[in-house]
Amino acid sequence: MNKNFYSVAKKDTKLNEQQLLDELLKKYKDGTLKPSDRYAIPPQPMPQQDSVKRRSNVNEVALGYTETQARLEALRCLQCKNAPCVAGCPVRIKIKDFIAPIVEGDFQKALDIIRENSLLPAVCGRVCPQEVQCQLPCTVGKKFKDVDKAVSIGRLERFVADWGKKQHEHTIPTVAAQTGKKVAVIGSGPGGIVVATDVRRAGHDVTVFEAFHKSGGVMVYGIPEFRLPKAIVQEEIDQLKAMGVNIICNFVVGRTKTIKQIMEEDGFDAAYIGVGAGLPMFMNIEGEHLVGVYSANEYLTRANLMRAYDFGKGADTPIAMSKKVAVIGGGNVAMDSARTAVRLGAEKVYLVYRRSEKEMPARVEEVHHAKEEGIEFHLLRNPKRILGNSEGVVTAIECLKYELGEPDASGRRRPVPIQGSEFTIDVDTVVVAIGNGANPLIGQTTPGLELNKWGNIIVDENCKTALDGVYAGGDIVLGAATVILAMGQGRTAAAAINEYLKTK
Amino acid sequence: MADIAVPLVASAAKPGQFVIVCLKGTYSERIPLTIAGSDAEKGSIRLIWQAVGKSTAELGHLKVGDEVENILGPLGKPTHIEKFGTVVCVGGGIGNAPLLPIAAAMKKAGNKVISILGARTKELLILEDEFKAFSDEIIIVTDDGSYGKKALVTEPLKEICQRPDKPNLTVAIGPAIMMKFCCATTKPFDVPTVVSLNTIMIDGTGMCGGCRVEVGGQTKFVCVDGPEFDGHKVNFDLMMKRMQAYKKQEAQALEEYKKHRCKIGL
Repeated sequence: MNKNFYSVAKKDTKLNEQQLLDELLKKYKDGTLKPSDRYAIPPQPMPQQDSVKRRSNVNEVALGYTETQARLEALRCLQCKNAPCVAGCPVRIKIKDFIAPIVEGDFQKALDIIRENSLLPAVCGRVCPQEVQCQLPCTVGKKFKDVDKAVSIGRLERFVADWGKKQHEHTIPTVAAQTGKKVAVIGSGPGGIVVATDVRRAGHDVTVFEAFHKSGGVMVYGIPEFRLPKAIVQEEIDQLKAMGVNIICNFVVGRTKTIKQIMEEDGFDAAYIGVGAGLPMFMNIEGEHLVGVYSANEYLTRANLMRAYDFGKGADTPIAMSKKVAVIGGGNVAMDSARTAVRLGAEKVYLVYRRSEKEMPARVEEVHHAKEEGIEFHLLRNPKRILGNSEGVVTAIECLKYELGEPDASGRRRPVPIQGSEFTIDVDTVVVAIGNGANPLIGQTTPGLELNKWGNIIVDENCKTALDGVYAGGDIVLGAATVILAMGQGRTAAAAINEYLKTK
Repeated sequence: MADIAVPLVASAAKPGQFVIVCLKGTYSERIPLTIAGSDAEKGSIRLIWQAVGKSTAELGHLKVGDEVENILGPLGKPTHIEKFGTVVCVGGGIGNAPLLPIAAAMKKAGNKVISILGARTKELLILEDEFKAFSDEIIIVTDDGSYGKKALVTEPLKEICQRPDKPNLTVAIGPAIMMKFCCATTKPFDVPTVVSLNTIMIDGTGMCGGCRVEVGGQTKFVCVDGPEFDGHKVNFDLMMKRMQAYKKQEAQALEEYKKHRCKIGL
């Protein structure tokens, strides 16, 4: 009976949506659509996989807007003259310009406009923290004094990108005539993909070097399938190959060959370093060496890249068969780890974060999904030590309660431990997701490269390093950042490389 | 044992470094193996391993001419080679393989090389002739006395440390427990002891941190800070516990694999 009820309700919603859209479109065409009409359109919710069902599969959670929903959401956009949203986008996508054709159903035009600035809309539409970027300054959100009610720019971007994929629209970017110049791209993550595309477009010979046996960087080893399907990343890689980009896996620059060797012996004219951060931080507390304590990098790599959830069924990499898991941290990686633990069969998953929910760096949608999936949040709590048994296996974490003090260097209120507030949580697995330091390999093996005190590569406004012809971007420059920031730097670096090669 | 053609790795490889082998397909296990020798001219490296789990068993069933899909390397810091004086090279079981290029390089650098090679039993002793070719002195021990002296490697090691001209360096490579006791043996004599660790790891480039060990009270990553460390500072007990992390799953996978091979009549 319930099932019937829901299907009827669904049908009604669909009918209502369509009716609403038709009415609004009529006004839109007449030129009588007023801002008050736009404000009255309900923010379109993202259709998603049922929160109980999805606990036992790795399929994508957010399912994407329907065409009607996308057009309704697009109608919410006021087309502000000053377009504050554009300034909020790290790559300055012409947001209002791509939203306007969505209203009219011209999705191809919308896609073309996005592509002028962003090469990976299907990825960014899914993983960008829109609520602190383009959607934060949105006038609609401001009107309601609620960023959650801003125009869902990210969902629209994703809709357009997915629409493009459904049209089997595999327009391979045009490649200029061969210049005979060679460019090395180190790392095949989002930054590397963007650099490779832009530099290849200019007619240069491009080789991407990847240390893992599979390309895609953090998008394949880190971000889980349920948030970013691997097939989407693979399409981007396939597109690079179709453009004539050479991809070499199992090549670790700094060990297999150094940058100097690549440039001097193999005749590369320029190089882009986009190797990511990739050196997990630990808390340096007692018990971190116990069996069952993972860095989030390890946990996610086992689960995603090596597909440990299929251990014994085609995949050979094991992962802990956990019942009770504590994930430490409050970022996207922490949410990814906690939600992965759920899908690996954990009965209880705790998220332990030393600040409050407001300070969490994770995307709001991920926090929301994590809660829906039954993850228990322990906020203003932080582990003091990890306890184990005689076999060296984790049995519990001892935590301290915290309160928020004065703002620290990050502008967030500093968490201060409350003395004597210790309590323990029984767990068999602990995943530490508190960020990454800079991987020292390239720095150690590339004389002349300038690094800051954290080991990040120092670059100028064109992403050029201290070495001529060598550029860098993404996490290895910025510290832990995002896919979109890596992409933005990739575009800057690619433009600079193309300019530099004109003079060579 | 296998010689594998990977010219890029072969020309860069130095004693003490390792590779990560991922046999086939995207979802095979990534196995770290220390390089037992490399030939830059031929463009090949030599790997020697013991079939302990499914992946190493599978590797052992390769035939000449078969392909390994992925080999990443060389990884880790190379051994610090210089003229120390007298260097004792202690190898246990499969540890003799990675020890060989190190011992040879030590000899080439002008050191007096004393090799102690140990194995459980005669059949498991490997590379004796190769070590003989350059060692100034060679001592063979087996657990069961089936060959050489019936002893553990620590026994001759202690005797050598007691000599009036005590060695300047010991390099010990083998099972964790053997390295632990080698270090315990040399410590009272203040003989610096280098060990090569082979912990569980995935990427081999510093990204996962699964290989971490405690050295001198600090967390170190075997893949980028090692694989060689000052053995007197390594917390072996902790390391050995961590190495047991997937014992159950590994045993289960090996069992399944054996059954499967029986069924398909291999």
